[in-house]
Amino acid sequence: MTTYKQTMPRIMLGASVLLGTFLMMLGPADIARAQQKGKGGKQGTPTEKPLTNAEVHILKVQGNIYMIVGPGGNTALQIGDQGALVVDTQYEEVSDKIVAEIRKLTSKPIRYVINTSADPDHTGGNAKISRAGAPVIGGNLGAVAFENGATIVAHENVLRAMNAAAEGQAVSNPDMLPTTTYFQGQKEIFFNEEPVLVMFQPAAHTNGDSMVFFRRSDVIATGDIFNMDSFPVINVDKGGNIQGVIKALNLVLDITVPKHEQEGGTYVIPGHGRLTDEHDVLEYRDMITIIRDRVQNMIKKGMTLAQVRAAKPTLEYDGRYGSTTGSWTTDMFVEAVFRSLSEKK
Amino acid sequence: MGIVNPAKLSGHLILLCSALMTGPAFAQLDLSGTWNPQYQEDQPERIPGPELVDYLGIPINAAARQWALSWDPDRLGAPEHQCQVHTAAYIYRGPLQLRIWEERDPETQELVAIRQYTSTYEQNRTIYMDGRPHPPEYAAHTWMGFSTGKWEGNILTVYTTHIKQGWHRRNGIPSSDRITLVEHFIRHDNHLTHVSVVTDPVYLTEPLIKSEDYVLNNNSGGNWLWPCEYVEELPGADRTKVPSYMPGENPFLHEFADRWRIPVDAALGGAETMYPEYSKKLKAGAK
Repeated sequence: MTTYKQTMPRIMLGASVLLGTFLMMLGPADIARAQQKGKGGKQGTPTEKPLTNAEVHILKVQGNIYMIVGPGGNTALQIGDQGALVVDTQYEEVSDKIVAEIRKLTSKPIRYVINTSADPDHTGGNAKISRAGAPVIGGNLGAVAFENGATIVAHENVLRAMNAAAEGQAVSNPDMLPTTTYFQGQKEIFFNEEPVLVMFQPAAHTNGDSMVFFRRSDVIATGDIFNMDSFPVINVDKGGNIQGVIKALNLVLDITVPKHEQEGGTYVIPGHGRLTDEHDVLEYRDMITIIRDRVQNMIKKGMTLAQVRAAKPTLEYDGRYGSTTGSWTTDMFVEAVFRSLSEKK
Repeated sequence: MGIVNPAKLSGHLILLCSALMTGPAFAQLDLSGTWNPQYQEDQPERIPGPELVDYLGIPINAAARQWALSWDPDRLGAPEHQCQVHTAAYIYRGPLQLRIWEERDPETQELVAIRQYTSTYEQNRTIYMDGRPHPPEYAAHTWMGFSTGKWEGNILTVYTTHIKQGWHRRNGIPSSDRITLVEHFIRHDNHLTHVSVVTDPVYLTEPLIKSEDYVLNNNSGGNWLWPCEYVEELPGADRTKVPSYMPGENPFLHEFADRWRIPVDAALGGAETMYPEYSKKLKAGAK
């Protein structure tokens, strides 16, 4: 398929005028990205291999929205006359496959990438997928003149997390970094004839989580605040807290409206796992709240983390969401809940 | 042209008719009509409803037991729970009218699907008969799930996946969203028997097998509407709270067991309590 880039004439522009205009538009995120470029940063890669053979599948949700399922966190895709908007980019190894799935649906440029967190399984494909598109500001022209990709939107703390590198260690690929960040409340975008709300969820999975609500299509992409294949990953060391997760889940319940008998209506794309609706979120919220209340009760009784674990506060949910192996075990989840409730802020 | 032997011809015709009537390809019965359940089987559970902490006869595991014991019925008062309905694996036990009809390809008249409407909660169900595959694992789940059917002789056998989380018994025993359901619809004249086999890798140690009977009812006026709309049952209540009992603190633990003078262990269910041998064990323990 011929892309818009190939069809654009390679015009050499009056660079000084346009460059000045672009520099005036740069926000802190862009500046940080430029600084990273200056450092000659090395691309960050996921630790689990191999991913190149992983399959990628696409599922129509409703309205303008699709869900792309692959080895990383779920990707939400919005398409329309203005182009494509991508929420979370999984791993770099499957970027070409994700772009190929998008190209089956539209030949229009990818204009936005939104990250729900800084996790590598949600941001790993940022660079390639952004590069496959072009920003709204500057548009196709800017993409050719300055090699700008699609705008990457995230909370400021995502940029900070991705930009952070210990002394002497390689930093993230600057092309992966968010180019537009927001600090509080929500970032609003009107794209493809619908409001897209990027809503900050403080201290939940991490300290930089966003949920994305497609208001006309009536679909929410939650990121890792809500996972259908595990207990929620709560990274306490990165500002996560179970109270924030519950607050975010309750917000989802406030937004969602079932179509009939607590089914359908608003659909929810979780960070991982199958497509869901309000009832699925409800059962998950109930579970997390019950576990929170139990652990809180045990802490009040003076129980230690070891004693809490031994009491198995997650027993009835372990068969569905628990794990004794892998990167997020039930023990780790219980510890995160315990720390969320017992450590002083 | 030879002479046709009438006796031989009639014999062939009889054989042909028999083949048409009994061969697998022509053995499909028509289940269409409105069916009313008979409640003589398991009536206390199906009509007044099961008592609290009565898990007898359900092959639950320890996880299901803890889930059920922590379940506070007040949870159903939460707005988001009020319109929660029964799954395909449970609804046939309830008070309902079951209407069944066929959907046929207008060009070929081949059977595409068997459709059902259960009056309670206005639930529509489609059983695809055209051999289509089930959706991928990452597709959404529904109360009725995704069903495909086939005729096995005169029995309609249905396989269902993608069912939402619900309950195996409506007193808190959970059913997971990973259940699979195999059903058999068996018609004998104006009598319909429904047999279901539920497999739940999360909450059951053995398949849960149930049956119900229906009779044909030519008066289908009982197919009422039930468009559920939640109300605030407790104005001002904190909607973020989830009513539940702490482990070991269910206040109704002994209620059912004491009333029927059985050990609490029996009331707490499990596969063992499904079988007749268990009553012998109880009698032996009582001596």
